[in-house]
Amino acid sequence: MSTPTAIEIAAQVRSGSQSATAALESSLSDIAERDRELHSFLHLTEDRARAQAAAVDAVVAAGNDPGPLAGVPIALKDNMCTRGAPTTCSSKMLEGWKPPYDATVVSRLEAAGALVVGKTNLDEFAMGSSTENSAFGPTRNPHDPSRVPGGSSGGSAAAVGAGLVPVSLGSDTGGSIRQPASLCGVVGVKPTYGAVSRYGLIAFASSLDQIGPFATTVGDAALVLDAISGHDPLDATSIPAAIPTVSSALTNGVAGKRIGIIDELMGEGIDEDVLRQTELAAEAFRSAGATVERVSIPATIYGLAAYYLIAPAEASSNLARYDGVRYGARVDGGNVEAMNIATRTAGFGDEVKRRIMLGTYALSSGYYDAYYGKAQRVRSLIAAEFATAYEQFDLLLSPTSPSTAFELGAKSDPMALYMCDVCTIPSNLVGHPAMSVPFGSGDDGLPIGVQILAPMLHEPAMFAAAAVLEAAQKGSS
Amino acid sequence: MSELSDGWEMVIGLEVHVELATKSKLFCGCSNSFGDQPNTNVCPTCLGLPGSLPVVNAQAVQYAMTLGRAIGCTVSPSVFARKNYFYPDMPKDYQTTQYDQPTNEDGSLELPDGTVIGIERAHIEEDTGKSTHLGGGGRIHDATATLVDYNRAGVPLVEVVTRPELTSADEARAYVAELRDILIATGVSDARMEEGSMRVDANVSVRPTGDAELRTRCEIKNINSLRSLGRAINYEARRHVALYEAGEAPSQETRHWDEDGGRSTSGRSKEDADDYRYFACPDLPPLAPTPAELAAIDEAMPVLPGRRRSALASAAGVSMAETSLAVERGLDTFALDAIAAGGQGISVMKHVDQNLADGVGVMTAESFAALVALEADGALSATQVKTVLYEMVASGGQPADIAASMGFEAMDNSELESLLDQLIADNPDEWARFAEGDSKVQGFFVGQIMKATQGKADGKIVNQLMSAKAKA
Amino acid sequence: MTKRITADEVTHVATLARLRVADDELVMFTEQLAAVLETASALEALDLDGVEPMAQPYALTNVLREDVVTPSLDPTEVLAMAPAAEDGRFRVPPALGDAQ
Ligand SMILES: [Mg+2]
Ligand SMILES: [Zn+2]
Repeated sequence: MSTPTAIEIAAQVRSGSQSATAALESSLSDIAERDRELHSFLHLTEDRARAQAAAVDAVVAAGNDPGPLAGVPIALKDNMCTRGAPTTCSSKMLEGWKPPYDATVVSRLEAAGALVVGKTNLDEFAMGSSTENSAFGPTRNPHDPSRVPGGSSGGSAAAVGAGLVPVSLGSDTGGSIRQPASLCGVVGVKPTYGAVSRYGLIAFASSLDQIGPFATTVGDAALVLDAISGHDPLDATSIPAAIPTVSSALTNGVAGKRIGIIDELMGEGIDEDVLRQTELAAEAFRSAGATVERVSIPATIYGLAAYYLIAPAEASSNLARYDGVRYGARVDGGNVEAMNIATRTAGFGDEVKRRIMLGTYALSSGYYDAYYGKAQRVRSLIAAEFATAYEQFDLLLSPTSPSTAFELGAKSDPMALYMCDVCTIPSNLVGHPAMSVPFGSGDDGLPIGVQILAPMLHEPAMFAAAAVLEAAQKGSS
Repeated sequence: MSELSDGWEMVIGLEVHVELATKSKLFCGCSNSFGDQPNTNVCPTCLGLPGSLPVVNAQAVQYAMTLGRAIGCTVSPSVFARKNYFYPDMPKDYQTTQYDQPTNEDGSLELPDGTVIGIERAHIEEDTGKSTHLGGGGRIHDATATLVDYNRAGVPLVEVVTRPELTSADEARAYVAELRDILIATGVSDARMEEGSMRVDANVSVRPTGDAELRTRCEIKNINSLRSLGRAINYEARRHVALYEAGEAPSQETRHWDEDGGRSTSGRSKEDADDYRYFACPDLPPLAPTPAELAAIDEAMPVLPGRRRSALASAAGVSMAETSLAVERGLDTFALDAIAAGGQGISVMKHVDQNLADGVGVMTAESFAALVALEADGALSATQVKTVLYEMVASGGQPADIAASMGFEAMDNSELESLLDQLIADNPDEWARFAEGDSKVQGFFVGQIMKATQGKADGKIVNQLMSAKAKA
Repeated sequence: MTKRITADEVTHVATLARLRVADDELVMFTEQLAAVLETASALEALDLDGVEPMAQPYALTNVLREDVVTPSLDPTEVLAMAPAAEDGRFRVPPALGDAQ
């Protein structure tokens, strides 16, 4: 696609060769023209973006530095609060709600000169892997509109995959950035837990959620990540230390690095073409001077089970506040309890209800130890095994998604959809960074991404490896 | 004093919610102030808006640990938990509190009479908003709608939970009064029950005297004063006894105290299986006080009411209970200084309790001690002492000078004696009754002499003279 | 061994979560929850003795803020969000009214 990258746009705007306003209008017209079919956006924030573009242009005109993302149009998953602009989580529950505040990432993006053009579709409250669970209709895959873009950040992935915006933000609780990145053929990054502020990100599962970028290039993803990461005093789980920058590490390569392919994620349940591309990625690393070997991390197979207890448990508590009292939808009832029940029953879709009930069950008296308590211990077990693996390896490699993009409606059984996250979940459980990098395509011609995993705060090495795969792709295509 | 019919005893446990005297709320920067316009001290965090996050107020933790140390608790690493239940006053529909790892555990509080009440825990949690029930005269049962103000939502609380060890309404009141004194002394809370910054829930049950087993308890909420606390406990305990004696039993429930009606009414029953689904709040890292922090808290701890009472009791030669008022009025240091300056302990305490309710003004402890000495010597009558005392409180000065300037001089005993002889001669019947041991007429004689001397006579001396004459 | 979740238990958790599950949905939800919990039963085989639960992936302690008052929201903006408001407050149905 001919769409300019974020790095190119920012360079032009900063040098004055293109205005931020022009960059914005180009993106807005692409969206107007091509998003009707994809439905990656739920709402546009044109006024805000135009005001911001004018401000950036004024800074340039005054001879000052408008920031590293100057004039770069960016889309936000619609679970990040934007002051005065709709923020719905793709739920009827929040239809029409306009937050009175901005998420920290929004402030940081704008401080860096970026233009927030709109809010993208997602599975309701980020619960899903296909963006079909949106109360406002599904998003379609830009590579084949009969197929899903993945999820839950499907709108943000599709918008970048379609070239409507060069970059976007998603949130990743169990793979919700990496899996749709893989399915839409873009780069998607889940940073270290605590590297990017969650303040203003509408919580799904607080101990797993992380915001991260989508981009068409590894460099663009790095540019955005550097702009949004760093300590935020408004988020008590934000890491109170300097977060290493990644843009400066892109050319470090993998020579001499030890990279492990996770054995447990290279067999049953993963499509042949996906396995093939992962092996080819390993080959590319070897060619670039790394040693690549198989490594067994047995506890990863328990990740899915632990995740589907922990995430719903936290969600059941996080989503209690949607009770019809203070904001959002209300369905009346004769007393406050009846009103709560009517509101929640009408406002939430089935997948959200399923997870709320599952999480309520996992936390309820008599079941806590068997379910939630046990799952939290499994988390420690997985972390311990990863720690052991990282004694021998600098980075790990695996598929991102077990398959390429599937047809809309193909996976109606919840459990089948849950399996989509099997490769991505372990990183959320242990809080480590991981990213998906496009690496060729499947037998159906659809994009395939491979996943690079790194220890806590080792994003620079992860990005350097991603750049190696990107370069290998360019060389082969 | 038992309020129950014979054969029954009360078992009371108290949960006291204390609002901490911080400037801002527990998890956000909104003002922690009472009485502002509704919904003016609210932000995304304390309104529970989607995407908002909590960050713990350092001062709230400091106050909680201070209170914990003041009541002898072990202060340990602690974890914030979510207590999940739906309640319109509670913006997130869970309360952030502490569950299995509270900041403070295992303390005790000594009452003025020496009784020691065990404290189970004192944990940090957030307050809820406030509901106003429309229609039905503001009563929840007949309301047509509820209006909610979230100014109080997120105000930091410490919930101090006793063991079920209190045995009477009086003891419960004494416990709450003592806790209030400690809160004020440490500056942890203004502890104003009438403003709700200190709220008491009482868990009440009864059992046959001497039984070890605990019976079904009811939790009485909405107690707004020490007076209500006593009334509510006695009412509830008697209600239980009446039920048992009628062959019935109370059911475990939350009840509301109706101060006007003088009764408790049934609230939410616990039958609908409360299941709070506690789990560690994933938004809040644990607290881990360092030994240095705890040492600093102990270092900065003011002398607490209990220790102040015992110091004063031993210096003044009175019981602990007799020092309560002086300590409550903050006059214990003054009293100790006066005693150290030679003031007689019991007299010092008498004046502090009876004549110094409004404080000591500009009076020094030394001059006060001198006044007490003059009184003991009989140089001034009780009435004169009071007059001089008030003058010293108002304007300072030395008691001898003030007494002189007011023309107060001790009356000669012989002068008093002749006055008394005259009285006896004028009232032979009354004197005869006194001589036969009817002490009721003593006041008559003293009064007459005071009248004749315009209060200059020392009542004590008059009494001595009368006794001597009656025996003669 | 944990037992299979029953329809009654689903009804109970729905009640705790303030959701109403219609009769025809109950079978579906029970089946689906049972299927997820079935995979969770894989965890039963694990020996987790001495393994500490992990509540947060990046272990921090004592993350505190100074006791400083910061600006609150404009009450007009706050109440504009409310489904119903009156007299500066959020209005909700009575606590003890008839359910209908
Ligand atoms: Mg409590
Ligand atoms: Zn607030």
